[in-house]
Amino acid sequence: MKLNNFTFNCGIFKCLAIGLASLWLTLFVFFPSVLVMITSFLTRDPQNTVALPVNIANYQKAFDPLYLQVFLDSLTMSILATICCLLIAYPFALAISKLDKRWQAIALFLMIVPFWTNSLVRTYAIQFILGKQGLINKALLALDVIDKPLQLMYTQGAVIIGLCYILLPFMVLPLFSSLEKLDSKLELAAQDLGANAWQRFWHITIPLTMPGIVAGCLMVLLPSMGMYYIADLLGGAKNLLLGNVIKTQFLNTRDWPFGSAFSVLLMLLLAFMLWLYFRAAKFANKQGGLGDANF
Amino acid sequence: MRIFSKLYIALILSLIYLPMFVLVINSFNQSKYGVKWGGFTTSWYTKLFNNDGLIQAALNSLTVSVIAATAATVIGTLAAVALHRYQFKGKALLSSMVFVAMLTPEIVMAIALLIVFISLGITLGFVSLVIAHITFCLPFVIVAVYARLKEFDMRMLNAAKDLGASELRIFIEIILPLILPAVISGWLLSFTLSLDDVIVSAFVTGPGYEILPLKVYSMVKVGVSPEVNAISTLLLVVSLTIVIISQLLIRKDKTQ
Repeated sequence: MKLNNFTFNCGIFKCLAIGLASLWLTLFVFFPSVLVMITSFLTRDPQNTVALPVNIANYQKAFDPLYLQVFLDSLTMSILATICCLLIAYPFALAISKLDKRWQAIALFLMIVPFWTNSLVRTYAIQFILGKQGLINKALLALDVIDKPLQLMYTQGAVIIGLCYILLPFMVLPLFSSLEKLDSKLELAAQDLGANAWQRFWHITIPLTMPGIVAGCLMVLLPSMGMYYIADLLGGAKNLLLGNVIKTQFLNTRDWPFGSAFSVLLMLLLAFMLWLYFRAAKFANKQGGLGDANF
Repeated sequence: MRIFSKLYIALILSLIYLPMFVLVINSFNQSKYGVKWGGFTTSWYTKLFNNDGLIQAALNSLTVSVIAATAATVIGTLAAVALHRYQFKGKALLSSMVFVAMLTPEIVMAIALLIVFISLGITLGFVSLVIAHITFCLPFVIVAVYARLKEFDMRMLNAAKDLGASELRIFIEIILPLILPAVISGWLLSFTLSLDDVIVSAFVTGPGYEILPLKVYSMVKVGVSPEVNAISTLLLVVSLTIVIISQLLIRKDKTQ
């Protein structure tokens, strides 16, 4: 009797714990992704949004030179933002990893806190720096470097700055975690063998932190393609990012199949980059026996 | 070299905080266009509290966020415990779905959910917003709780089991007290994520149900204005407070 009771309780709790999340994720993550794929092969219909004839016209349209250009331009924007982010974040993460534990915690804390706060509000706040009446223009005018305000807002540069600003922590955290694991004995050994600081950095630090670099780049690149409000607020009403294109197709033009095709392409790109990431992680593991997946 | 790297850290951190600082100062600026300092005022805040549409949107947002964060925390905590403790069919599938949900760009999740709601016949508005917010908060809770679970000794659970405790009892009396800080911080982070979300909400909300981030987004698009400065400052203060509390919870917990 007692034994029965026990297995019964165990069953229910276990089933509930596994079932709830599985059901939810299947229904609202897996099933939707399948639906997006299906939609991307359908045809636009003014009445019912989508209609039956199955075809690959949406993909042909996406690879049409006009849209291909939009796709490549927005990808370029995201890649530029990612590179800027990496260049700013790597020395930052390196500097933090050299601090003692207490200051490390403080510096990371100060960097993480804004990352959880409202990114729309922070994007809006950038206007106080880059705007016609912003701090940069005011400072340059006061110093007599320029005689009329520069147009910094509503440019591609502003969007790249915005993306870097919002996504910086995504880059710093994986970099920091792989720098932290770095075995300082390797650097000492290289120093004993006569390698200078630059050689040590280039041949030891960079290769061994490659998983962190790739992870950070992925974590900036992927969200950056979708953050349409940054392009809207800082770049003016242009289709600068992939997110803007998809948003326009869904909410304005109401061409869902074509918008879905664009998203499928985005997901394929994501899958490809994840594959690259796991390859890089494997490579680094073989190289120095250090570092593992950073997620 | 040492001094340079410290200066660089200070520079980057101050660049991160500078725009927010200017925003907060300007929300108390009497001069309307924020060109010059026109004296201290709280009149922009008074104006906000007299804006009924905005107050309603804020209340709607709070309702959605509390419900979504709570549901995501319950489902996510159970899932993390299941993933950590049990072997079951489809475990790899479940963890890869968590991984995919976490990495999917918000815009892709937004359109995927929109298509699902339309094909399941769910009216866009309150219900669709809550479902969508639970979905994007869920992986964060699972990861936070799972990380905490990995830290403690599993042998005492086996001991409890040998003594005849049911799985439910083990969960309530042993596991839950141990992971409580992670659960609370998961709830708080879900709450801020939900309260701040623009991308997903823009797709899955209906005309009848206005929420704060979207209302702020439509105000912000027009340009700099004192009311927007005030509402933005309020949002910033609310999420900063919550995040600091949750980060301190994790931190304090780690040092114990």
